[in-house]
Amino acid sequence: MTTSTGTLADRATEGASHARSGTGIRLRGVTKDYGLAIPAVDDISLTIEPGEFMTLLGPSGSGKTTTLNLIAGFETLTAGTIEIDGADVGRLPPHRRNLGMLFQNYALFPHMTVAQNVAYPLRERRVPKAEIARKVRAVLELVQLTGRDTNYPSQLSGGQQQRVALARAIVFDPRALLLDEPLGALDRNLRAALQSEIRRIHREVGSTFVFVTHDQEEAMNLSDRIALFNNGRIEQVGTPEDLYRRPETLFTARFLGDSNVFELDEPPAARVAWEDRAWAIDGATVSGHEGARSRAAIVVRPEDLGIVKDEGAIPPGANSVRAAVRDIEYMGSYRTVLLDLGTRGLRGRARLDAFESELRVGEDVVAWWRPERQRVVAA
Amino acid sequence: MATDLDTLDASETTTRAVAARGPRRRGARRDRGVDPVPWWLTAIGIVVSVYFILPTLIVIPMSFGSASTFQFPPKDWSLKQYENFFTDPTWLSSLGNSFLVAILASILASIVGTAAAIGLHNLTGRLSRFVRTLLMASIVAPAIVIAVAVYITFLQWHLTGSLLGYVIAHATIGVPYVLISVTSALGGFDPKLLRASASLGAGPLRSFLRVTMPLISRGIITGAIFAFVVSFDEVVIALFLRSPMFQTMPVQMYNSVTAEIDPTISASSSLVVVGVTLVFLLVFLLPQLVRKRGQRR
Repeated sequence: MTTSTGTLADRATEGASHARSGTGIRLRGVTKDYGLAIPAVDDISLTIEPGEFMTLLGPSGSGKTTTLNLIAGFETLTAGTIEIDGADVGRLPPHRRNLGMLFQNYALFPHMTVAQNVAYPLRERRVPKAEIARKVRAVLELVQLTGRDTNYPSQLSGGQQQRVALARAIVFDPRALLLDEPLGALDRNLRAALQSEIRRIHREVGSTFVFVTHDQEEAMNLSDRIALFNNGRIEQVGTPEDLYRRPETLFTARFLGDSNVFELDEPPAARVAWEDRAWAIDGATVSGHEGARSRAAIVVRPEDLGIVKDEGAIPPGANSVRAAVRDIEYMGSYRTVLLDLGTRGLRGRARLDAFESELRVGEDVVAWWRPERQRVVAA
Repeated sequence: MATDLDTLDASETTTRAVAARGPRRRGARRDRGVDPVPWWLTAIGIVVSVYFILPTLIVIPMSFGSASTFQFPPKDWSLKQYENFFTDPTWLSSLGNSFLVAILASILASIVGTAAAIGLHNLTGRLSRFVRTLLMASIVAPAIVIAVAVYITFLQWHLTGSLLGYVIAHATIGVPYVLISVTSALGGFDPKLLRASASLGAGPLRSFLRVTMPLISRGIITGAIFAFVVSFDEVVIALFLRSPMFQTMPVQMYNSVTAEIDPTISASSSLVVVGVTLVFLLVFLLPQLVRKRGQRR
């Protein structure tokens, strides 16, 4: 980036070349044990490709933030190795790792102006004054904060503060950017705006981003790939579509989006029985997870569920279950029908067109879905 | 000594409250949600503060008398006591010694006290509380006990009567004040800033100099001033450590009233009172002045 004249276009083209030569991060057997009942991070292996937007997703306490702090160097490894660009950084202190970081509470230096905050990492690297001024101007333009350089952080809104923090974290061309729930403190609208901002900057800068969040929607919107954490282990790694459409376990299916879950009493075969029903199973929909061979569950997304009033209207080849309409929620562009499924009244939901309004609360109906749209996961 | 400690905390909070009120003082007073103060309470307050301040202020008119003994009120006015003070090498050198000791002791106490405050801030639990109490001991221990202990130790170390001895002894009693004020400043310091600083490439020492220190500087300066003043008017330890070659001002003042009744002490006392008051005013008004300038910008 040293030859940049500081314009957006230049940064973008340079960013593209950066992506090709970008930074890979490889975790092998990474473990962090605080001496509690279970390790905070338990033998995790994960390869983050150069230029990739990788999200560490999971409920609180699942080990995703600890993993990020291990990459950043704020925590020490109990076991395992962390490689950045093929070099082991496990013993390197955080200030020697050359990784940018974004914090939930922004962590701007309150006694410095916007320009001084952004110049901080450059001054630490003894960059010449004229170049600092040029780079600060260019990066403030990139995050659309031109003209705010003499403001103090306390004079900016939350969203502006986080954009200053973002500028500060990328201005020194770190090998990768680590983002620790950076949108958690912002309100809904601002969060959406900053999401697209972060996506745009990832595209333009082109370096590796590692993003931590507990918000599955945020993860799906932003990521190239998601690593889903559960109890200190990685449950599943894949593209957002992989995780949503092809979950391996019930945990993954439940964490990303809503689902109708039918737990099976028998291992999955071509046909399985559930209560008084017999369902067809498409072999391609069965998870490769070894747990699915012993204890399995069928998962159907609400948008794949159809509702008809009597059995005769079920399309041929579809699986179906009797249901009662418990409630109907009008969501504007669609309706959510809350269902009691089967004889035991399992909680379920279907998503219907907003104009389809013949259903009444308390009505007995039949819910159906195509076997190729279901997913058989490990329960 | 215990009252000194109270003033330290109280003055911290008052300045903060004043600073927070800022320019909208009227509105803030209306919104405080406190019942109005009755006139008789104000009257009692004035009487009590006069009772506290008046004895100190009496030396000032006395210092402008011309008699060669103590007189109050003075019969005629002159600057004779000041002339005596500024021409007598004994007074002047003791004043210089006091300044030198107080400045060095204050610097030493600030460094040790700040380091201790940061260290204890990062520690938690019983150990931290124990060490904190230990460091505070010199505030509650009787001055004479500390003085005797210092004297016996320094005799063996050959530090009595030396500048180094004064500085070390006075720094010790100054440390608790720095510890208190820096600990209170650290309460509002966000430790995430240090992680941010590290992620941006700054090592621990650079982070301390560029992030921690500027943000807790109020606490360090407040503590340093208290350590300075504590050293400047310390007399018990100084009496034990004095030598014919090296005396501090309080010891010289003590000599001048016990050995010879010399009214020059009224001039020196006035100078000390005015000097110390100025230093305090400066420190507590400075942040507000700086803030006002910042707002204008």
